[in-house]
Amino acid sequence: MMRANIILYVALILVACGLVTSQHEARSQHSERERLQAVAAEYEAEYGQLQIEQGTWATHARVEEVATTQLKMEVPIPKQIQVIVLDKVGQ
Amino acid sequence: MNHQLSAHQQQRVTGFPVWRRRVLLMGLLICFMALVGKSIYLQSTKKEFLQKQGGNRHIRTLSLQAGRGNITDRNGVILAGSSPVVSVWANPSLVKIDTKKRLALTKLLKIKTSTLNKRLGNKTRKFVYIKRRLSPSLGSEVKALKITGVHLEREYKRFYPAGNMVSHVVGFTGIDGNGQEGVELVRNAELTGKVGQRRIIKDRAGHIIEELEVMSEPRDGQELVLSIDRRIQYLVFRELSRSVAKYKAKAGSAVVLDAKTGEVLAMVNLPTYNPNNPVNSRGKTRNRTLTDVFEPGSTMKPITVAAALEFGGYSPTTKVKTAPGYMAIGSATIQDTHNYDELTVAEVVKRSSNVGSAKIALSLDKKKLWNVFNEIGFGEKTDIQFPGEVSGKVRDYKTWRPIEQATMSYGHGISVTLLQLARAYTVFANDGELKPVSLTKLDQAPIGKSVFSAKAANNVKDMLELVVQAGGTGVRAQVAGYRVGGKTGTAHKLGPKGYEKDKYIGTFVGLAPVSNPRLIMAVMIDEPTTGQYYGGTVAAPVFSSVMSEVLRLLAVPQDAPNINAVRPVESLADEQEAV
Repeated sequence: MMRANIILYVALILVACGLVTSQHEARSQHSERERLQAVAAEYEAEYGQLQIEQGTWATHARVEEVATTQLKMEVPIPKQIQVIVLDKVGQ
Repeated sequence: MNHQLSAHQQQRVTGFPVWRRRVLLMGLLICFMALVGKSIYLQSTKKEFLQKQGGNRHIRTLSLQAGRGNITDRNGVILAGSSPVVSVWANPSLVKIDTKKRLALTKLLKIKTSTLNKRLGNKTRKFVYIKRRLSPSLGSEVKALKITGVHLEREYKRFYPAGNMVSHVVGFTGIDGNGQEGVELVRNAELTGKVGQRRIIKDRAGHIIEELEVMSEPRDGQELVLSIDRRIQYLVFRELSRSVAKYKAKAGSAVVLDAKTGEVLAMVNLPTYNPNNPVNSRGKTRNRTLTDVFEPGSTMKPITVAAALEFGGYSPTTKVKTAPGYMAIGSATIQDTHNYDELTVAEVVKRSSNVGSAKIALSLDKKKLWNVFNEIGFGEKTDIQFPGEVSGKVRDYKTWRPIEQATMSYGHGISVTLLQLARAYTVFANDGELKPVSLTKLDQAPIGKSVFSAKAANNVKDMLELVVQAGGTGVRAQVAGYRVGGKTGTAHKLGPKGYEKDKYIGTFVGLAPVSNPRLIMAVMIDEPTTGQYYGGTVAAPVFSSVMSEVLRLLAVPQDAPNINAVRPVESLADEQEAV
């Protein structure tokens, strides 16, 4: 009888310690998850900002401006265009 | 049996000395007293501290933010997106701020000291915005000031990278994040996310240490993919702006449809506004292609002629006498710009003869003609579902007098929107089938309804090509390397006292390429003031310059040698247009 009590007592202590540890573990993991979620949300917000930024940089008016002024590009006139008809190429 | 045992006897019974029991009892008593003492001590002296600590550990309900869905064009380019911003708010009764911080805050937020004082002066309120929608970096600077009672709130602001180019289609949101105009308004329910809620336990430092339950999951708003192609939209915007500026017009609109699916690829209106900052935009936010009606003028003729081919017993070569260039119906007179004497039906379209078209219309059955106008979508809203869309007006055939039947054939006495007009021309690109229009991207072409037989529709399509060839009214719509077709139109504007003498609307509706139409474009220039106002002069060049770039952009195979386009002499095109 006495021995059973001692065993149960030791078991109780162990379980109690386990409970405390696992609770602590759960909480620290949870706070880690919270932190990571916040980081993810931040990345998502940044991604959105970058998408908007890209959209702004890629505005056609700007692309055209860069192409014509900085790169000195122009649309070829019809005379400069050679049209290749595909089914004739094969023959 | 009950008798007192001596200490000696007790010792003998239990085997322990009696003092041992007493010491144990005393020990327990002291421990108990210590506990009671501690609790009295905590209750009396540390009460405030402990209650605060408990409060910090409170179970709280947090709301989980959900973002508003993006709006993109058909290729996934963002037209409207949300980005986080911060708003500074305060609880005036709790604010503790000294002069130095007050100054720093007004400097950071760029507001007047009087404004700040006024906002913080209202002690009856518990929540006052000091300034809304700041950049996150500015927000953290405000936070660094550490002013008691001043807090930051995370919000989302809508950004429109395409700016004023697509503002009439996309619209904008108000300060509360709800749609105010355009697609943002009609599709608000889908775009808006659903805020979630959860119960959590927080520790003293504000960290969440345990999640108790998620009461509702947050749901982000859906992404909306429009049928608009931003590249085409830009080209239309650029060319329309040029024409409106060149002819000093009051306004201008243009619509580009995918000829096979009825998707709206571009929809531009001028004047426009900046959706990122919609101030002073009154009168400019209207999507004129849908909300404004006008008399289509001669762009109506191909429809009248198609009806004549369908059930009037006409063929493209049937002769119509238009001499002497005018025609009296009752007290009114219909006029052509020239006396063309005798024209074939095809030439009536090519030369845009009012007399010819009136004669054809008068020979047709009223009810059948009215039916065609209805079936082709005039007088009823399109399926686009857009705020403020109007239906236009087609009068009941029972009330038609002969003069009305005659003028309606060339687009007077009937009012349509530019989108309706563009949609009507889908019949000429789809063997007589009218396609429904859509502002969202479609996976496959919808089935339309048949208005004309394939033969009648294709005959008219060929006539449309004649219009842009030498001697036609729409020569300036020509595109190098492609066969195109279309119809010009010029109409007097309707004022409060009937037609305005010198206010016009010039239109052009066309399709390209003729061999297998891919695109339909309708252009309208409202009140050009430089003296030129014919659709063939003010609107057709917009079609030409947009199409030449768009067809190349979409890699549509050429169906003509690339030296086919003969740029006409200006005066010729002007002269040949009929009003």
